[in-house]
Amino acid sequence: MLELITQATIVILALAVLMAFVRIVRGPTLPDRIVAMDLLGVLVVGLIVVLAASSGVRATLDAAIVIALIGFLGTVAYATYVERGDPQ
Amino acid sequence: MTDVLTAVLWLAGAAFSLLAAVGVLRMPDVFTRMQASTKASTFGIGCLLAGAAVQMGDFGSLIRVASIGAFLLMTTPVAGHVIARASYLADVPLWKGTVLDERRQQMERDAAKAAKEAPAP
Repeated sequence: MLELITQATIVILALAVLMAFVRIVRGPTLPDRIVAMDLLGVLVVGLIVVLAASSGVRATLDAAIVIALIGFLGTVAYATYVERGDPQ
Repeated sequence: MTDVLTAVLWLAGAAFSLLAAVGVLRMPDVFTRMQASTKASTFGIGCLLAGAAVQMGDFGSLIRVASIGAFLLMTTPVAGHVIARASYLADVPLWKGTVLDERRQQMERDAAKAAKEAPAP
């Protein structure tokens, strides 16, 4: 039963990743794309955690930690870039 | 028992993450999109992490999952604030139904006051 739930969770998260991608492609301004990228990073962290817990490979959690860190730094860097430049 | 708890937590987390993505896709401007994404994704990821911690159950993975959670809880508000500030200062257009923009009102009041105090010759 947990097998099925895990599959469903992964499918739902993949759907969410797809929606974030649509916003990245369509987003009229750069901040829209940054918000979507931020959400994408968080969703990937969740996906990795679910996969790590369902497969039992604990080392994958370290990758999730690193992605969470780098996603935050990237968001802040993009925001400084927006504050200085043209948002279009 | 742990399986049931994990299933409930994971389904709730996935549903909240999906809501965040729907919000990012459907909301009308940057600021509303951001509030949909940051809040819902924080809670959704929290549920997913709690489910994973229940499922794995050993101390090492509990520490890792807790550190991911603590890190996300600390950084998501900061990132949201930074993006909101940057996009407001970069004059990204607000949604046309926005009712309150206090900084713009203050700037207009200041401009009117300056024009009254120093009339053009």
